[in-house]
Amino acid sequence: MSQVRTGHGVREVRVVLPAHLRTLAGVHGEVKVAVAGPVTQRSVLDALEGRFPTLGGTIRDRASARRRPYLRFFACSEDLSHGEPDDPLPEEVASGREPFIVLGAISGG
Amino acid sequence: MSGVRLLVGTKKGAFVLTSDGARRTWSVDGPHFAGWEIYHLKGSPVDPDRIYASQSSSWFGQVVHRSDDGGRSWTTVGNDFTYEGETGTHQWYDGTPHPWEFARVWHFEPALDDADTVYAGVEDAAIFRSTDGGQSWQELSGLRGHGTGREWMPGAGGMAVHTIIQDPSDRQRMFVAISAAGVFRSDDGGQSWQVKNTGLRSEFLPEPEREVGHCVHRIALHPDRPRTLFMQKHWDVMRSDDAGDSWTEVSGNLPTDFGFAVAINANEPDTVYVVPITSDSVHFPPEGKLRVFRSKTGGHEWEPLTEGLPQQHAYVNVLRDAMDVDHLDPCGVYFGTTGGDVYGSPDGGEHWTAIVEHLPAVLSVEAQDLP
Repeated sequence: MSQVRTGHGVREVRVVLPAHLRTLAGVHGEVKVAVAGPVTQRSVLDALEGRFPTLGGTIRDRASARRRPYLRFFACSEDLSHGEPDDPLPEEVASGREPFIVLGAISGG
Repeated sequence: MSGVRLLVGTKKGAFVLTSDGARRTWSVDGPHFAGWEIYHLKGSPVDPDRIYASQSSSWFGQVVHRSDDGGRSWTTVGNDFTYEGETGTHQWYDGTPHPWEFARVWHFEPALDDADTVYAGVEDAAIFRSTDGGQSWQELSGLRGHGTGREWMPGAGGMAVHTIIQDPSDRQRMFVAISAAGVFRSDDGGQSWQVKNTGLRSEFLPEPEREVGHCVHRIALHPDRPRTLFMQKHWDVMRSDDAGDSWTEVSGNLPTDFGFAVAINANEPDTVYVVPITSDSVHFPPEGKLRVFRSKTGGHEWEPLTEGLPQQHAYVNVLRDAMDVDHLDPCGVYFGTTGGDVYGSPDGGEHWTAIVEHLPAVLSVEAQDLP
């Protein structure tokens, strides 16, 4: 698991990425990102893209900044995909006990 | 010249095929970017080891990679293709206005004189340029902002700039082709554009000879004769001898003039290759015979090239960016099929062999001359 530095007021959030994005980011398994302030979809994804710039535009559309349609966000056995970007994520995610999962749609072909 | 390298984009990754000048045996390297659609890869004419690759997927959008060592290693570069200024609308399938939305890069065209400069033809139709090796992209918005833009419409495959040609005799002159809008030419380095569709006729349009709306599939230019262009249109093979100002049909005796790819022999500007496809509704060769047709007269008179190509049960397509030539003598001709085979001829099309088989569906083939 990738390590990340945290300091005062900074939470360490675990993120699970689809295989193709792990390859693109050059990581194996879960990654950890340091999130300052409220832990939300936006702040987690901002931190993720800050740490792995190659992921820019791959999870959120660059023009709209919205979640790409064939991706979902799961955590704590809940589908959080339709939550607002600035809604707080569950405390289990903010505390690092549970990961924030970016999941690709199943597909054939 | 020591050899040839083929850059092959497929529906599930990229492959690099390499041979010496004899072009009899090939090494196959890949897949690179396994699992991703690679619409196009192309190397710089200034530095063949500088290669740009368009990687995309419905899940993760557009990614751009660059290689500085001939495809052995890759670096992720910029993927921010933001339209400049007001986005505007084009026609949607039902004729209603639809805002321009970036989907993917269909084609990279590295500049003729600078390895760090590269043009990108994208869907929804626009042209971008990078002058820093793909790190950042700026739209040449005069194309999308052309007064006819609101009349452009997507074909079933989307609405994209899929062909970009730079005139080697005039660095200010460029051509692009858009499905389904037509051909545009710039004489000022891409700042402003003029429609160049005079002579095109498309029966699917309510006015078949209207100014824009033509589904041009591919155009090709020989550097020794930069005012002559050949075109494979949705239907019709066309030719222009006045830099696109007017077009005449040269389909001649082709078994069908529908198709996607067109290429010109590097040593003979009047020798042209197309791969006829049955029709707009049946995208495989007539009778299941995979035949390249060659004209040595600049059109009108065509001969089938079949030696080494499957002449039965070949129900595949050859897409617009999936045929290219090298610059050896005799000229090598190469194409890939949606069945995953890449064929090559080291003698201008007389004899063909399958260089590699059973790849994912081939989307693009580019030939590079290696020093």
